Amino acid sequence: MSSDTRPKLEKKLVDMNYLLKEAPREQHFITGAQAMAEAVKRASVDMAIAYPITPQSEVMHLVGDIYAQGHIKEYYRAEEELGTMSAIAGASRAGVRLFTATSGPGLLRGLEAIVSWPGHRVPAVLGVLTRVVNAPLSIQPDNIEMAYLMHCGAVMLHAENQQDTFDMTLAAFAIAEKVDVYIPVAVATEGFFVTHAKGYVDMTPEDMALNEFDPIAAPVPAMDNETPPARIQRDAPVQKSNFMSYLIHSVWQQEIWDSNKRAMKYIYEYLGGPIEVQNPESDVFVVASGCAAAQAREAWRYAQEDGLSVGLIKVRSIRPFPIDEIREATKNAKKLIVPEHNIIGWLCTEVKAAIPNGGIVVEGPRVYGGMTLPVELIMKEIHDALGLEYDLKL
Amino acid sequence: MSLKYITPAERFKNYLPKDYVELVDYGPFGKTQEEAGPGNMGQFKELVEEHPMCSGCWMAYFIRLIFASLPNPQETVTLGTAGCGRLAISQAAVPFIYGNYGDQNAMASGLTRAFRLRFPEKTKDVVTIAGDGGTMDIGFSMTMHSWIRGEKFTTIMLDNEVYGNTGGQSSGMSPKGAILKMAPKGKDFEKMPATELAKAAGCVYVVRLSPTNIKKAAKVIRRAIFVAREVGPTFIHAYTSCNIEYSIPTEEVFQDAKDKEKTRFQFDEYMTDAAKEVIERVEAEEKAARVARKAEKKEAVN
Repeated sequence: MSSDTRPKLEKKLVDMNYLLKEAPREQHFITGAQAMAEAVKRASVDMAIAYPITPQSEVMHLVGDIYAQGHIKEYYRAEEELGTMSAIAGASRAGVRLFTATSGPGLLRGLEAIVSWPGHRVPAVLGVLTRVVNAPLSIQPDNIEMAYLMHCGAVMLHAENQQDTFDMTLAAFAIAEKVDVYIPVAVATEGFFVTHAKGYVDMTPEDMALNEFDPIAAPVPAMDNETPPARIQRDAPVQKSNFMSYLIHSVWQQEIWDSNKRAMKYIYEYLGGPIEVQNPESDVFVVASGCAAAQAREAWRYAQEDGLSVGLIKVRSIRPFPIDEIREATKNAKKLIVPEHNIIGWLCTEVKAAIPNGGIVVEGPRVYGGMTLPVELIMKEIHDALGLEYDLKL
Repeated sequence: MSLKYITPAERFKNYLPKDYVELVDYGPFGKTQEEAGPGNMGQFKELVEEHPMCSGCWMAYFIRLIFASLPNPQETVTLGTAGCGRLAISQAAVPFIYGNYGDQNAMASGLTRAFRLRFPEKTKDVVTIAGDGGTMDIGFSMTMHSWIRGEKFTTIMLDNEVYGNTGGQSSGMSPKGAILKMAPKGKDFEKMPATELAKAAGCVYVVRLSPTNIKKAAKVIRRAIFVAREVGPTFIHAYTSCNIEYSIPTEEVFQDAKDKEKTRFQFDEYMTDAAKEVIERVEAEEKAARVARKAEKKEAVN
């Protein structure tokens, strides 16, 4: 850590509500990877740790560039994901704002550390740029890795496009650090389809950023020998007996999942809620998240043109899962079509579990291995649901 | 802030656990090594008191010694992983971070850098203390990479040559031929050359020892911490026998440590020129301060 020659930047620091809702915006035509890095640039991130994997690499290259430009205080390339995610956990104990990102197999390699972040109360933001999990090898987008992340307590947002990626990544920092949340937030979006494709993104000014991380306000004090109350471990209760160990683990995990639930109000505050509903009176809905929601939106648009009565439910938040919201939005629905970019249909499972009449859920269409999700496949299901003929041509 | 952070307001002391108040009043925080150091262990309130280690555990003794040797306990954070050691380390009166399996040096990399960015004017000592399995087997890549990256913190390996906490399995640091669990026919490869690996990976101060001499052990622990502050990664490889798994009668534990000192734990101290410079400077300063304190005392008596 030789003398720092990077430029010192003067920024106007604001709160997240101002940044997301009031700050002036200017339209840019950029990739999803750029959108994520541009959000990091505006989040007063203290430290980022990078380890390459396709298709994430682009995000962390760009984060490296913005470190060199002076927007981030510390950045380094680690040697594999378990080390990366562990270093994030270690750095978090010093009371700093952190960002990293990964993809598919990288997420799984880092998973042992990542799934312990909520328990360690690490309020870091994790970009998940989805990719196939081996084998056979493929580097293409497929969001199966999100299924592995769903049960650790972290908040999970799923971005449909480049604009979502920008807004959700920014909001993630504020949500993670709320006193009644204080757990990690993962922002997922599809590799290549979003990360390497350009879209219009309305961005806030470059010289305006989120207020700095405040370690004094943290509900779990940093282990920095500075922030009271003093945290010197005379008596580690978890070590005392099996009884204490399971008791403490269980109440701690309950608190983490309660924190996860409490994140919901901030998802309303910053992102307008966990779901978006179009044509709420419809009998048939397409329910989708991430890139599949973009394809679902396109199918919904075609259906509108054809005069079909179809609704769209885009799911923004995977954890906490919007059980009440989906149940309410679909209470009169006859069919729910759930298109996905993975083989197991994790969103389908979640939707079925959320509603009292799971039989109305159509399992698919699904594509996996990284192929695109043709709108025609969704149109076919819409027609089937409405009892109409559809000549499927792919 | 750090000393103040530990010290309660005078009137609040009445409401704090006695153990805590004694630690503040009679512990080593803010004191010199002569007042509260390895030379007078047992005569001040130590950072490690209660622990659940086995009777006759040489590791428990060495951990106690590590904590008594810390140059600045009120500015120190320790990290560790699964193993016997953490049972005592987690009950020391110094912040301890326990992550996942073998990840202590990766966590310490992040922690050290984050401390340096938040407190550029302060010295925060980061020390990882883990066993031979945590450091050289499951944590191997994270240990090596932190050294190769030149991370400025101290790594202490408590080498009992076995996975003690999980019930006596062979580790990479077990000697060749040792019959242990998971090596039922005897371990068929050599003990890993930990100190050589450390030197090759860029550690600037490396010591192998069997801690039979308190003063000497304390000196190298402190040297490792002083050098890590300024120069780069430092490594202490200490023999801390497992009297249970190696069936060493309690009364022979010390003799065993002395025997090992003559064989595979011969004292070896390596330092780079830059490390040597720091050691000479700091030890000269310490000596000057000691002399000055003595003179002051004498003055006060007269």
